[in-house]
Amino acid sequence: MDFDYSPAEEAFRQEIRAFLKANLPPKEQRGPEFLKKWLQKVRVKGWVGFSWPKEFGGGGGGIVEQAILREEMALAKAPPLGTSFMGLAWVGPGIIQYGTEEQKRRFIPDILDSKVIWCTGYSEPNHGSDLAKIQCKAVREGDEYVVNGQKIWTSGAPWSQWIILLTRTEINTESKHKGITCLLVPMNSPGLEVKPIENMAGDRHFAEVFFKDVRVPVADRLGDEGDGWKVTVSALANERSSIGEVTQMFEKLDSLKGLVQSTHRNGQPAAKDPAVRKRLATFEMKIAAMKYNGLRYLTKQIRGEPLTSETSVNKLHRASLEIEMDDFAVALTGQSGLQLRGSDSAVDRGSWAKSSLSWPNVVIGGGTPNIQRNIIAERILHLPKD
Amino acid sequence: MNFGFSEEQEMLRDQVRRFMQEDLGLPQVKALTKASTGFDPALWQKAASLGWLGLTIPEKFGGLGLSWVDLTVLLEEAGRGLSPLPFVSHALTIEAILAVCGKAQKEMWLSAMAQGQAICTTALYDEPNWIHPDAITLKGVRESGGVRINGSKHFVSDACAADYFMVAIRIEKQLAMVAVGKEQVSVKAQPQMDATKPSGSVTFNNVLIDDSMVFKLSRKQLDFLTNCGAVAVTAEAVGAAEAAHKLTVNYANQRVQFDNLIGKYQGVKHRLADMYVDIESFKSLLYYAAWAVNQSPAELPRAISLAKGYAADAFAQIGIDVVGLHGAIGFTAEYDAQLYLKRSKWVRPAFGDSDFHLQRVATLGGV
Ligand SMILES: Cc1cc2nc3c(=O)[nH]c(=O)nc-3n(C[C@H](O)[C@H](O)[C@H](O)COP(=O)(O)OP(=O)(O)OC[C@H]3O[C@@H](n4cnc5c(N)ncnc54)[C@H](O)[C@@H]3O)c2cc1C
Repeated sequence: MDFDYSPAEEAFRQEIRAFLKANLPPKEQRGPEFLKKWLQKVRVKGWVGFSWPKEFGGGGGGIVEQAILREEMALAKAPPLGTSFMGLAWVGPGIIQYGTEEQKRRFIPDILDSKVIWCTGYSEPNHGSDLAKIQCKAVREGDEYVVNGQKIWTSGAPWSQWIILLTRTEINTESKHKGITCLLVPMNSPGLEVKPIENMAGDRHFAEVFFKDVRVPVADRLGDEGDGWKVTVSALANERSSIGEVTQMFEKLDSLKGLVQSTHRNGQPAAKDPAVRKRLATFEMKIAAMKYNGLRYLTKQIRGEPLTSETSVNKLHRASLEIEMDDFAVALTGQSGLQLRGSDSAVDRGSWAKSSLSWPNVVIGGGTPNIQRNIIAERILHLPKD
Repeated sequence: MNFGFSEEQEMLRDQVRRFMQEDLGLPQVKALTKASTGFDPALWQKAASLGWLGLTIPEKFGGLGLSWVDLTVLLEEAGRGLSPLPFVSHALTIEAILAVCGKAQKEMWLSAMAQGQAICTTALYDEPNWIHPDAITLKGVRESGGVRINGSKHFVSDACAADYFMVAIRIEKQLAMVAVGKEQVSVKAQPQMDATKPSGSVTFNNVLIDDSMVFKLSRKQLDFLTNCGAVAVTAEAVGAAEAAHKLTVNYANQRVQFDNLIGKYQGVKHRLADMYVDIESFKSLLYYAAWAVNQSPAELPRAISLAKGYAADAFAQIGIDVVGLHGAIGFTAEYDAQLYLKRSKWVRPAFGDSDFHLQRVATLGGV
């Protein structure tokens, strides 16, 4: 057991720090051109698509370096390395694994260069957790598919150029996982319509997406017909290490620590209240558990041992922390905790209030806690399926 | 970056696991704990001959000179089988001797301990649930040639099996440790709910301890020993919690009600998934703390408080729920679920409960 990094890994960390020092000005000093330049610079470094093979323009980096990169970027509160979160997280890896040569040449560079934003069309009004039951239909006509149906909760749909779409090409298959086909579709296709949905925090990130006789060339199918489940599930299983998230959560904890010093309760700083202190320590305990769980799983990956579904462990911690930490801040500060940005009584410019209304992004968006529990129970503990 | 065990450590784990299955399975544990001391000299000798009693003793004092990470492997597996053998007391006494004694005593005592010839335990606090220097109240009075003690130490782990005791006392305002043999004191069993953790009181009846057996105990040393104790009982708790969890997962995969395995019902399977989350998590925290004992002592207080703060309450709830998820069979004396519940209750206050540890986390974190 050791927590040391090799000289090469340490050198890489120093390289990142030096880069950040030179290229990441404080938030106030970032001009309108900053983001564009930033994206170019990290691209030149090979840090976008860090673990993707070099032949497709990726960085060809290892797992430990990737963890270091995420940690340093999070510590520096750096902007993302690309504008297409989903393109980098699973569309790109999916195309690298299952795409044709032509698709790789066509799509990968644009993802890496932040030229194209992707969204994900999996969920439907009647099929969320039970995703494999999707009904959005694609019927083959010559060298095209004709798509009819609806997607919902599609994050970023209003400003995306492409969507990775799960469709059903065969009904009444013996298993619901069969007969699903994955298509890559431009958002400006005729017959495709986007209707944004406002969420409880007032944001309009996600949308309904309607398909009416949308024609998609067969050449834009990802993987084989009927193999869409495998294609998307394995791309989703491209699990990210939680190290970057952990860093952000430690920072949020620091903000909470500041808040309990400046907030008074019963005439004294809330930080003196043993119940408040214990609550903060409980958050710290869970974040630290995520950190050390993550390092154990990282070690397994380095050793080439298979990970089953251990990442669900950290997802469950993340979900409960995501709800509880903001909620704690809001509850602690009473009426002022409810004030939104714009109110002269708002705490921290309403940021706690706002984020206390945003937890579903994390808690529901990536598979609900009950589904994570099912995954642990069924895949790790081998208990019967629902 | 390597947060995992080495091949040698995995071999040690297999060896201890085999011992716990073949020599000290739960039927033997139950039989042994019905006997007065819960101790078996033959098994202790076997542990010595396998080198386990010298894991953390430096080579120059007759041990293997390994670390608390290696010890954690032993304790985790001992805990998995609810071993009543005094591994924790032994490990803690090694640290106490290393911390406070002189070279001569280390040479003499540690090699005897490594060989299983001296069974030792350490008694720190007098208060039942207070971790603080002031919670050491047993008084010693200096007189020429030594320190005189009148009074008792309670809740001393493995007191009835021990040949020698390291006992924390207070001499006026100073803390000290005294080393005594069993013939100098009177020991009385104090039955408590977890029979696999036998304990007793140690009474000093106007005993004069020779100056050569009185050692200074600094606050820092006391903290370190407390932290080590917490690492040790939490390491055992990891193994015990995993065993309790496995027992219950297996049961949920066998027991049928309403035409289904009960493991199909989410009231059962989700609780089992949540237990898995908790055990994985305090295990990761505990491994880090065990590493810190030797490699990063400055980080040890926070590291062990995170681990024990988590494990103390999470394991206690697991103990209750493994009984509950079994239904009535779990309530029976014959079935094993109850043994884990009792261990979880024993672990909770040992070397600090969650209140102690989490308040410390807050303080160390600047709150
Ligand atoms: C902010 C946000 C962004 C999203 N972005 C996208 C996106 O970009 N693309 C996309 O395709 N989807 C997206 N989603 C959809 C998301 O994947 C689904 O919301 C999620 O999978 C849950 O599906 P559902 O909302 O239909 O809820 P349901 O599946 O109907 O679940 C309702 C409730 O029932 C519970 N439940 C369901 N099944 C079980 C079971 N077997 N056992 C126990 N409890 C169960 C759930 O836990 C939940 O509490 C997003 C969602 C959110 C909130």
